[in-house]
Amino acid sequence: MLELDTVTAGYERRAPVFRGASLTVAPGESVGLLGPSGCGKSTLARVAALLHRPDAGRLVLDGTEVRAWRHRAPRELRTAVGVVFQQPRTAADPRLTLAEIIAEPLRATGRRAEADSRVAELAPAVGLTADLLTRRPHEVSDGQLQRACLARALTLSPRWLICDEMTAMLDASTTAALVAAVETYRAETGAGLLAVGHDRVLLNRWCDRTVEWKDCLPPKETR
Amino acid sequence: MNAADPTVLRALAAVTAERAEDAVLSVRDLTVRFRLRGGRSVAAVSDAAFDLGAGECLALVGESGCGKSVLASALLGLLPGNAETSGTALLEGEAGAGPTDLLAADEKTLARTVRGRRVGLVPQSPAGHLTPVRTVRSQLEETVRALTGTPRRARRKAAEDAAERAAFPAGHLDRYPHELSGGLAQRAATALALIGDARLLLADEPTTGLDRELVDRTVDELRRHVDEGRGLLLITHDLAAAARIADRVAVMYAGRIVETAPAHRFFGPAGPRHPYARGLLDALPDRAFTPIPGMPPELSALPEGCAFAPRCPLATDLCATRPEPHAGVACHHPEHPRA
Repeated sequence: MLELDTVTAGYERRAPVFRGASLTVAPGESVGLLGPSGCGKSTLARVAALLHRPDAGRLVLDGTEVRAWRHRAPRELRTAVGVVFQQPRTAADPRLTLAEIIAEPLRATGRRAEADSRVAELAPAVGLTADLLTRRPHEVSDGQLQRACLARALTLSPRWLICDEMTAMLDASTTAALVAAVETYRAETGAGLLAVGHDRVLLNRWCDRTVEWKDCLPPKETR
Repeated sequence: MNAADPTVLRALAAVTAERAEDAVLSVRDLTVRFRLRGGRSVAAVSDAAFDLGAGECLALVGESGCGKSVLASALLGLLPGNAETSGTALLEGEAGAGPTDLLAADEKTLARTVRGRRVGLVPQSPAGHLTPVRTVRSQLEETVRALTGTPRRARRKAAEDAAERAAFPAGHLDRYPHELSGGLAQRAATALALIGDARLLLADEPTTGLDRELVDRTVDELRRHVDEGRGLLLITHDLAAAARIADRVAVMYAGRIVETAPAHRFFGPAGPRHPYARGLLDALPDRAFTPIPGMPPELSALPEGCAFAPRCPLATDLCATRPEPHAGVACHHPEHPRA
């Protein structure tokens, strides 16, 4: 279970982006969160991905309340969550090759020895060919780079996936391919998914259920 | 209708010729190559041909990296130094003057008479197009001064009128770009593009990253400018946006235009005829939601034959030779309309 309970978060103490948002994702469930630009849904995704400390409220991951936040949550909790962002260009280190980008979570957790075999497993799952793996981000298209970013999110076999506008920059075919890759991974591992976006048609097609951003907020506090 | 029928072909050729005659922009054999170190080259655009009339919107669609934006840059003479361009792109002349070939024109002509004045560019990312250190009003007034002979006292009014034409709220004119939402920044950029009153508008991915409501608003506004008699070349990977406003659709794959079709047929029950175009539509979440297998080829290592063949369900030995465009579709095995 991924539970966000009356979470308030933002970047300035006095002016949070949203107040009191609640959302629950059951194990193995896929939930689409729909909201317009600038409503705060990406900030909520960052909190759910344990990358942004909420100002108030509780976050419970598989029965464990997330505590000991610094800027982010402790690493042993964070590795249970994989995250894919909207902009692959700003989410990938331009100095690394795609193979190194995919293997980065293993390096960061001291498991470098597993890198080659894990990359070899993941690349075909997201549709990357061997010749692309040796290139750096400026040598591939947005779609190819986003495939690598999805693979990186899957590297540590997370129980939860957070996809924040994963396909907003991509064409229809690449969108369908990436969604299929996520769904294959979920079918194999039973991972839960929170997909954040503004494309109602896409999220309805992709997820078990979709929730409106305004329904996550307490009544009356409609920002 | 049988597209191979000679009478049908003659009729199609006649329509094409007529379209070329009163086109705002008429492109033939447009080819762009980038020379790389080590003698390699990238075939970004190959033999592109299309006509765009006044009051018409042509949507150029395709996957990212297929050469769409390079084509737009070529039309504005904004390619980097290692690009080699050939072909013609005739832009309708002003008031009786002959047409200008955008590909042959020198930088002085492009800078002084074409960009902004005869071709308006609605950019991909307005945030990167606007100067961050000056207000929207100051940027509009600067453009008014540079492009029109408006006297100083009338500039403020001219800038406000330009903002109004693009539905940019007057109350936000004194804001800086970072104080604008994505939709308002897009309108500010559109207002700049409209100041020169160009007959041709190029919109390069004007809706990337906007939410659906804003996409609809942005493209509806573009359509309004088309209905005032401008020609619009809309470059996009957003098929829903194209379906909303385009009159005709050109599908680009690996640097080539593989199909040109009227939008109502392309998005309607008949559907496109090129297997790639069908694949693109079938990938939409409100259709089959199945991706086209594989990925587009490298533009630096294109196959001899049809570039789509390795991903194509209909490919045969014939596809080892390149299909020539024929009745609007470049394919050896065009599909027949579904309905």
